[in-house]
Amino acid sequence: MRRAGLIPLLCAVALAIAAPFAAAEAWNLEQLMHALGKQRSGRASFVERKYLAILDAPVESSGELRFRAPDRLEKITLEPRPESLVLEGNTLTVVRGERRHVVQLSDYREIAAFIDSIRATLAGDRAALERTYAASLAGMPNGWTLTLLPRDPQMAEVVLRITISGSHAQLRGIEILQADGDRSVMEIVPERVAR
Amino acid sequence: MTRRLLPALLVWLAFVGLSVAVVSQTRFTSDLSAFLPASPTAEQQVLVDQLRDGMVSRLLLIGIEGGNATTRSALSRELARQLRADPAFGVVANGEPVHRERDQALLFGNRYLLSPAVTPQRFGVEGLHAAIGESVDLLASPLGMLTKSLLPRDPTGEMMQLLEGLDGDARPALVDGTWASRDGQRALLLAQTRAAGSDLDAQQDAIAKVREAFTTATQAQQAGDARLLLSGPGVFAVASRATIQDEVLRLMLVSIALIVTLLLFIYRSATALLLGLLPVVSGALAGVVAVSLGFGVVHGITLGFGTTLIGEAVDYAIYLFVQSAPAGERHDAERRPGIAAFWPTIQLGVLTSICGFATLLFSGFPGLAQLGLYSVAGLVAAVATTRFVLPHLLPSGFAIRDVGPLGVQLQHLLVNARHLRWGIVALALAAAAVIHVNRDRVWNRELAALSPVPAADQALDLALRSDLGAPDVRHLVVISGRDAESALQAAEAVGARLQQLANEGAIGGFESPALYLPSQATQLARRASLPEPAELGRRLELATIGLPLPAARLQPFVADVAAARERAPLTRADLDGTSFALALDSLLIPQRDHWIALLPLRAPSDGPFAHAIDPDRVRTTLEATDARALFIDLKGESDRLYSGYLNEALLLALAGVAAIVALLGLVLRSAPRVLRVLAPLVAAVLVVVAGLVLAGVTLTILHLVGLLLIVAVGSNYALFFDGSESSGGPAPRTLASMLFANLTTVAGFGVLAFSSVPVLQAIGGTVGPGAILALLFAAVLSRP
Repeated sequence: MRRAGLIPLLCAVALAIAAPFAAAEAWNLEQLMHALGKQRSGRASFVERKYLAILDAPVESSGELRFRAPDRLEKITLEPRPESLVLEGNTLTVVRGERRHVVQLSDYREIAAFIDSIRATLAGDRAALERTYAASLAGMPNGWTLTLLPRDPQMAEVVLRITISGSHAQLRGIEILQADGDRSVMEIVPERVAR
Repeated sequence: MTRRLLPALLVWLAFVGLSVAVVSQTRFTSDLSAFLPASPTAEQQVLVDQLRDGMVSRLLLIGIEGGNATTRSALSRELARQLRADPAFGVVANGEPVHRERDQALLFGNRYLLSPAVTPQRFGVEGLHAAIGESVDLLASPLGMLTKSLLPRDPTGEMMQLLEGLDGDARPALVDGTWASRDGQRALLLAQTRAAGSDLDAQQDAIAKVREAFTTATQAQQAGDARLLLSGPGVFAVASRATIQDEVLRLMLVSIALIVTLLLFIYRSATALLLGLLPVVSGALAGVVAVSLGFGVVHGITLGFGTTLIGEAVDYAIYLFVQSAPAGERHDAERRPGIAAFWPTIQLGVLTSICGFATLLFSGFPGLAQLGLYSVAGLVAAVATTRFVLPHLLPSGFAIRDVGPLGVQLQHLLVNARHLRWGIVALALAAAAVIHVNRDRVWNRELAALSPVPAADQALDLALRSDLGAPDVRHLVVISGRDAESALQAAEAVGARLQQLANEGAIGGFESPALYLPSQATQLARRASLPEPAELGRRLELATIGLPLPAARLQPFVADVAAARERAPLTRADLDGTSFALALDSLLIPQRDHWIALLPLRAPSDGPFAHAIDPDRVRTTLEATDARALFIDLKGESDRLYSGYLNEALLLALAGVAAIVALLGLVLRSAPRVLRVLAPLVAAVLVVVAGLVLAGVTLTILHLVGLLLIVAVGSNYALFFDGSESSGGPAPRTLASMLFANLTTVAGFGVLAFSSVPVLQAIGGTVGPGAILALLFAAVLSRP
């Protein structure tokens, strides 16, 4: 139960954070990775909608994403309830209300592999990314889509597909499609643009 | 032989007969119980109970090293499988989710009895609206992924409440699905024995079973290079018992062999040797008998210490033989003046020693009081045997080698040695200065200093413990109740306060038996908050207005609540087969006429109060409840306990010194003479303490006993020198007898210095050098 939940969560965080630090003009996966690897830190705001079968309407949350090289990722949710999620090194800390959960990433082997690959992505390591996913880049530089399909069967039982869309150097959104049909859509606005 | 032999011999034989009878009935122990208080306070009682039977005392920490990660993980699974099948073990944890399904089924099935959030307000329209709204909001969070599938049955999120309440402990990392150390080089398991930690035979069996299971597992896995590491209180206790038993026997044999060799060399007579051992045997018997009668049980440490008494008791026979029976004086009548000459000195020496040791009898520390009683009884018996039995047993024509020539040589040495007196004064002053400079770290105030566990084993224990997420209980809140129900109710009241502290970050969290089994009163109150199905349905219609979750989708919830209204409250029996059963049993404990609930506290891992719990703050919070809860810092408590003993022992030792001074003053009736007798003893004690301090040893209560022994043994030497002042120094034979006595003492104690039991080593390392120094100093400081 817990295991299943963390995978989309980490996908969303890591990829969302990677998003604003996007790439150069000439467009292929190699160069995307290279551009991402150059980023040392950054912030972006996000709005995430989850479409769940059990609910009549999507649930929406919004807040801020932060990244600091080499390994600190933060997702600070402000609405509808304040929540902070910090991944540093091997430790994932979730604080919600008065509750605080600390999880060792290495306790969840498939997620550890997953997050390592995300970190490798941020560092520009394409090989690590492609160890975990079959990655394909489609579209034009002004409207492209990166599709990631999990290679691990256990992961694939939870996450069907991750789609990252963007235009030119800018990532615009991440969509995660879960195996049960529920999906989440995250829109990302870099703060330097928003201000 | 004389006719006066008969009564003395009969008395002695009766004594031996009685002693053997008592000793055969005596119970010997080697656990650390002698180091626990005889009349504990409430806090100390909890400490003692926890050390003996507490959940911590039943933990076995297991590590597997060698091979690769996959092999270690496979061994861990196999070992855990075998141990789980063994009724000797209550819980065997290695990271595998063995209980997870049953645990979660129990929690989910009884969530409306267990969840602290269940109140009438929560099941009103507004409460339901808020709770369901929160659950919907949670779906927006990553944590919502955990609860999504449960939403139709549990829209108020009680399961999440429960998991959060129980999800406290930091757990080790998983490698290949089983626990591993942080560096991944060691697989980790935790086993809890059903037997109490103080049941050493059961602990020994459990340890043997772990080793056996590991051997089977390595054979099955063909993992010959894998090693098993074992630690924990039970392992320590069993190992200590074995060490103490082995060592006491071995040390006794070695010192007997050494002393016998020495005596044979000195006496050149087997008869003399046998007769010379009589006072020793009598002293040892009397010591054991006295302790057995006085305390009901004799500690192994006391026995080990007893071996040292061999070194001192044998002295009396040496004085008798050497000083009263030189070669050539073949008749009893000629012998008597010799006895008369040295007897008063010996008498005073023994009285001095008794003054020193008798004060230990008043110690509240049973271990120390045992040593005191053993010494006093042993010395009295040894000297009485020497004085009243031994002379009558000497065969006519009894002779030992003439030591006169050696004594004459010693006299020459003595004359030269006296030039060194100012050197000794300087040495003593320097030693006093060293002690003064280091006065803050002379004494070790931690109980652990007395532990017979070798440092390497303690280091392994620490490593395993920190890898396993430190499941050692240090801070405890203890609550008593007439019965289980009232203890649980009190635990609930205190738990509410502790939760506030946890929210403020003053404590990291706490465990409570009421988390696993709420009191019946609380469960019934929660059940009474649940509305009947039709009413709940009506309220849900209203509560879901404005939420994206229509009431129609919550029919499973209505059905579950209806079932919960019919459910009987949980009892202890319902927890069988889950990991909560043992957790509850170790936290809710029946005593003779009441129950106690233990609430272990965790220090915060970060924040302003990281790794430290402020006892005053917890106590203030607890005082606000009427549960009369005790807050206990187990380590602080045990160190305070020991520190109290140490202070007490120091005071008693000082009182002993005062008694010795008074005794000497009374007998010698001359302040300068008292000073001259005491000077070499004080100098020897100072130099030994300074030497230990310089060697980096911090002194324990057993070193203090060693210092008393230096005074006891040394007083004989000093008194011999003092008593011979009028005749221009000790006679050659007296000098020789002192040298022999000193050699046997050093042999007896010196052996202890090589013991691996720290407490015995402490005594050996103190008295061995101290006895030599006391003789040297007494000789050098004596007046020509």
